[in-house]
Amino acid sequence: MTETQELEQLVKREYKYGFTTDIEQEIIPPGLDEDVVRMISAKKHEPEFMLEWRLSAFRHWQTMKEPEWAHVHYPKIDYQALSYYAAPKSQEELDADAPESLDDVDPKLLETYEKLGIPLHERAVLAGVKGANVAVDAVFDSVSVTTTFKDKLAEAGVIFCSFSEAVENHPELIRKYLGTVVPQGDNYFAALNSAVFSDGSFVYVPKGVKCPMELSTYFRINAKNTGQFERTLIIAEEGASVSYLEGCTAPQRDENQLHAAVVELVALDDAEIKYSTVQNWYPGDEEGKGGIYNFVTKRGECRGDRAKITWTQVEAGSAITWKYPSCILKGDDSVGEFYSVAVGNNYQQIDSGTKMIHLGKRTRSTIVSKGISAGRAENAYRGLVHIGKTATHARNFTQCDSLLIGDRCGAHTFPYIEAKNASAQVEHEATTSKVSDDQMYYLRSRGLSEEDAMNMVVSGFCKDVFNELPMEFAVEAQALLAVSLEGSVG
Amino acid sequence: MALLEIKNLHAVIDGKEILKGINLTINAGEVHAIMGPNGSGKSTLCHVLGGRDGYEVTEGTITFDGHDLLEMETEERAVAGMLLGFQHPVEIPGVKNIYLLKEALNAKREAQGLDEVDTFTFMKQVRELVASMDMDDAFLHRGVNAGFSGGEKKRNEILQMLLLEPKLALLDETDSGLDIDALKVVSEGINRMRGEERGIILVTHYQRLLNYVEPDFVHVLYKGKIIKSGDKSLAHRLEAEGYQEILEEAS
Repeated sequence: MTETQELEQLVKREYKYGFTTDIEQEIIPPGLDEDVVRMISAKKHEPEFMLEWRLSAFRHWQTMKEPEWAHVHYPKIDYQALSYYAAPKSQEELDADAPESLDDVDPKLLETYEKLGIPLHERAVLAGVKGANVAVDAVFDSVSVTTTFKDKLAEAGVIFCSFSEAVENHPELIRKYLGTVVPQGDNYFAALNSAVFSDGSFVYVPKGVKCPMELSTYFRINAKNTGQFERTLIIAEEGASVSYLEGCTAPQRDENQLHAAVVELVALDDAEIKYSTVQNWYPGDEEGKGGIYNFVTKRGECRGDRAKITWTQVEAGSAITWKYPSCILKGDDSVGEFYSVAVGNNYQQIDSGTKMIHLGKRTRSTIVSKGISAGRAENAYRGLVHIGKTATHARNFTQCDSLLIGDRCGAHTFPYIEAKNASAQVEHEATTSKVSDDQMYYLRSRGLSEEDAMNMVVSGFCKDVFNELPMEFAVEAQALLAVSLEGSVG
Repeated sequence: MALLEIKNLHAVIDGKEILKGINLTINAGEVHAIMGPNGSGKSTLCHVLGGRDGYEVTEGTITFDGHDLLEMETEERAVAGMLLGFQHPVEIPGVKNIYLLKEALNAKREAQGLDEVDTFTFMKQVRELVASMDMDDAFLHRGVNAGFSGGEKKRNEILQMLLLEPKLALLDETDSGLDIDALKVVSEGINRMRGEERGIILVTHYQRLLNYVEPDFVHVLYKGKIIKSGDKSLAHRLEAEGYQEILEEAS
């Protein structure tokens, strides 16, 4: 066997989170029409304005066509064959209110989160077992099951709850901000999400408040043949700051599942939002069967002067990833950052990157993208840097590196630069490299196993991005990468 | 028992036989120099010993410290105490030197059933070694071989050896690309490794290094065979007369 073949063997991974939880669920029949939208809204006891909002999104969606420009291939999705709402049954019995305490949550659910290593029990969190000082919101299929540390956050004035609760308890904030960054009709999947989204997380950090702990949401798809459409909205008022992390896993299934989320961030004057993602949806098996279609719209707006938004993502899972966490730099001197590691193995397809839209004066953006391809994966970076007419002395720096493992995978780069102001400075650097047989041989000759050698090369490649992750999650990300590239040796 | 015993070693790359029956015995405490013109099979011998893929052994045996070396993976050979110093050490961007040094040391300790080295002891030892190689501490935080000059790469190879204390150090063209100052530092490093417990093989094209590291034995490799062995005077003869004379004499 040649070393290249061995490398490929080495990266053949098994998905650790592929279990399903046998739990009684309420799933509405497949199909999508206005009645389904009404039903979802009714199940969540939503006020009239939300239903209207959903319906107008749905009507818009019906006029739209699924986009085909991305560098990904998949059979046509039959949107009528999907179910648009799934919830653990006990939830229903609790009258759509979030459980009062962990005691009200189905123990099987808790077990699931145990298996995922999520610190759901506050006790465990407080004991510093893992990710201490992290408040967690857990979303199971379509419904948020529990949010920890609510009281402590409330003391600081921070609201961190499920989206449904926010609609119920803070409708004025939802009304004011929902859809202001990602409008209903922004794109096909955003419109679909706006119509049928079921839950997600909501964060509001008032003026001058530094959120006292990391906030974290874990998303888990469990039910069969359902789509997951969660919606996240984070608002940081003047001078506020918050760091938020989301993690995602799903069971191993032969069919593809659709996940179309929308995330909106709003940062006012001097506010700072750091949004980190560790995405590990089921990627499909070695033959490319199954896996999640991860079609996600994430966008933040630096609405105020000197605001800062940082996206950091480690994308390891999903059969297809199609996402471009973006920043609209509206405020003067505002800053947008995007740090990404995207790893694809077997038949995974990734078309990901960012958009930095410079509108304010002296706005600055940094893009560091690290793409890793193994097996027969196709990994594309697609990025737009737009310098508007008003954005005098805007600056962008883009670094875009690809790492290939084996010789049957692909890396592609599609950078777009639009500069409408002559005072702008835009820099773009791109490299492509391979994990070479020489590197593997060198490290093994120092006593490292093949897997350790591979992990060392890959984490070295990702270092610039890992440095940007919150401390607690950098280790997790590194471990995830190791798992993603783990497999049988020899 | 010999530390390394090579018997009738034949090896093939891409269907072409490069090594054609090598016999060599190395005992602990000895320094051997293997010399030969370009294309004689010196590097092939190193990589066969290192266990590199694509180097197929078709005949012969290699015993290392009582183990059948050919049954061992590259990393098993390393943790068993054989360390190959590369002619062209490869760059590994983003991986700090200090990190590789620690991982390598811990891999070896694990194989010996020892706990991981504690950070304090490790840092102290590494800093001393770095200073002894006339290098700056900042070097520890640079990427492995990334942007290193030729001399820095070779110093780094010796530094790793000093830390990992192999039973057998196999140095492939360690002297190539070194200026005279670097050659001295590298040679001093090699001399410090000399000892009763350790065998050293210097693979080199030139006699230059041997002025600083005196070998106990010198072997001339030509067309995949050792055609002549002797003491250090053989190296001097090669330097004075060139390979041609000795090749003719041997044939």
